[in-house]
Amino acid sequence: MSTLARRRSAFWTVVFGILAVAGIYGVVLRFTQGLGSSTNLSDKFPWGLWIGFDVMCGVGLAAGGFMMVATVHIFNLKRYKPVLRPAILTAFLGYLLVIAALLLDLGRPERIWHALIMWNPHSVMFEVAWCVMLYTAVLALEFVPAVFEKLGGEAPLRWLRAITVPLVILGVILSTLHQASIGSLYLIVPHKLHPLWYTPLLPVMFFLSAGCVGLAMTIFESWHSSRAFGKQLEVSLLNGLGRALAVLLSVYLALRFTDLAQRHELARILEPGIEAYFFALETALLLLPAVFLFLPSIRRRPGALYACAFMAILGFVTNRLNVSVTGMEAGSGTHYIPKWTEVAVTLGIIAAGFAIFRLAVKRLPIFEPVET
Amino acid sequence: MSKAMLYDSTLCIGCRACESACSEKWGLPYDDRIAAEERLSAHKLTTVKTHGERFSRRLCMHCAEPGCVSVCPVGALQKTAAGPVVYDADKCIGCRYCLLACPFGTPSYEWNSTQPRVRKCDFCADRQRAGKPTACSEACPTQATISGERDAMLAEAKRRMAEKPGEYYPRIYGLEEVGGTSVFFLSAVPFEQLGLNTQLPDEPLPGLTWAAQSKIPSVASAGAVLLSGVYWITHRREEVRKQEGGEKS
Ligand code: SF4
Ligand code: SF4
Repeated sequence: MSTLARRRSAFWTVVFGILAVAGIYGVVLRFTQGLGSSTNLSDKFPWGLWIGFDVMCGVGLAAGGFMMVATVHIFNLKRYKPVLRPAILTAFLGYLLVIAALLLDLGRPERIWHALIMWNPHSVMFEVAWCVMLYTAVLALEFVPAVFEKLGGEAPLRWLRAITVPLVILGVILSTLHQASIGSLYLIVPHKLHPLWYTPLLPVMFFLSAGCVGLAMTIFESWHSSRAFGKQLEVSLLNGLGRALAVLLSVYLALRFTDLAQRHELARILEPGIEAYFFALETALLLLPAVFLFLPSIRRRPGALYACAFMAILGFVTNRLNVSVTGMEAGSGTHYIPKWTEVAVTLGIIAAGFAIFRLAVKRLPIFEPVET
Repeated sequence: MSKAMLYDSTLCIGCRACESACSEKWGLPYDDRIAAEERLSAHKLTTVKTHGERFSRRLCMHCAEPGCVSVCPVGALQKTAAGPVVYDADKCIGCRYCLLACPFGTPSYEWNSTQPRVRKCDFCADRQRAGKPTACSEACPTQATISGERDAMLAEAKRRMAEKPGEYYPRIYGLEEVGGTSVFFLSAVPFEQLGLNTQLPDEPLPGLTWAAQSKIPSVASAGAVLLSGVYWITHRREEVRKQEGGEKS
């Protein structure tokens, strides 16, 4: 290792260490003092960063998993196989992020199992709980082949291969429902959520934008890993992903603006105010990559492609935070800025996610060619 | 028959006897400092708000089709046939979706507890079941708050408005809001001047969610058929291609 590389890795170790300490402090505070001391939540603003970012964005990050699984296993586009396992791994980690955040955010996390036996099918939260549980199980099953390949174990591998197809179909359906229902959570608050975001189409919007971020994450992490591990992906593959992202972003934005126009709310994007500014930010972060990615010259340059994917991810995160925070403030009659412990815990969980990703990629056959 | 409450702001003198009776009923502390907090909280399940020289009470509205009940993932909140919306702390997982969904900002959370509960007025379900008025209406010295059968409460509201037409704003708050509630407000001035939300839709909120939620079974089954279809086609094509390739070579 060169001195530079060693310094860089020492730097990241320190950063991760600090995040870990701050995060653990936040978690301890949460469980010893309650949500009141560890968050800025209130009766008027009961859902904050942990739901708006950790849960809503964590679920979105996982979208790459089901999209790649569908592409390879159902649409049988085998050339996308090299990105399948990284995408599944990301999805799995995204869901673990969601579960970790839920356990922190629920007032009585030890009762999370109540949703298993005390049903209320009218509740979107009930559906979300079930989808999280089932889809995490599916992802685990989709991911373990990598583990068995490493450790050896022909019988479980054969068994898993036999159930691949139904498993894959179940997974795709569960995540479709789940991505959409994160949006449905907000259907009950027409009186609180700003009209730039409230629409009866929230579930459709959330599903489509999750699809976008799924593709963007797949590009993002394959580029990231290719740098970290020197495993370069084919240009044609990335090119295809980039084009698909451009198309999906355009479909999403077209629907978004048609919906605003049909609800006669389009003029609101010009009303000066925090809502309009954040709407502009969100739209710009999604529109720019959509435009750039239609240019083949951009798609052929991995750096530019990566930048576009990253912008789309930021646009997605902005959208989720706009729905959960920006758009809810006026209607709730209050302001919400997360407490530092909320931020620290969130960063700590993300850091843990990165660390596990790197470890898994190093130890397991994730980026290696796999045969079926 | 279902129960209801009538709160007549024109008769309210702001004595806070209702607040104090409520705190006593729930075993919550009550003193001058708490009396001065004019907002609902985990230790104050009803409050009297001052708007100039007028007063306006706040408590759970016991909606006919409550948002809080529809969103609770574990059914900890239930609408009883008799009217009260009741809460079972043993079921609650603390997701606080009910706080988010309530159009009247009613439920409160015990933010500083490590075993927190949701707190809100339960319409004195036990007293009403025994045929008694709620604690707050029993305490009210001026009949500004009364409770009883829903029909009787509505009839009384109309009677008061007809008797002194000049003294009332000609509407009953709670009759139409989010599909109707079990608490009715009378006022001398438009309700927004009492800080009440007059922008709420007339349709019940749970229907907005159900419009999407009820499509899940059809989306799931259509998805399963579609995906299996695509799978069959794409893999069949591959087989055909392989066979043809095999024959040629
Ligand atoms: S006022 Fe709020 S808490 Fe009370 S029943 Fe209606 S939705 Fe539920
Ligand atoms: S906080 Fe408790 S009562 Fe409220 S919706 Fe969640 S589980 Fe139900």
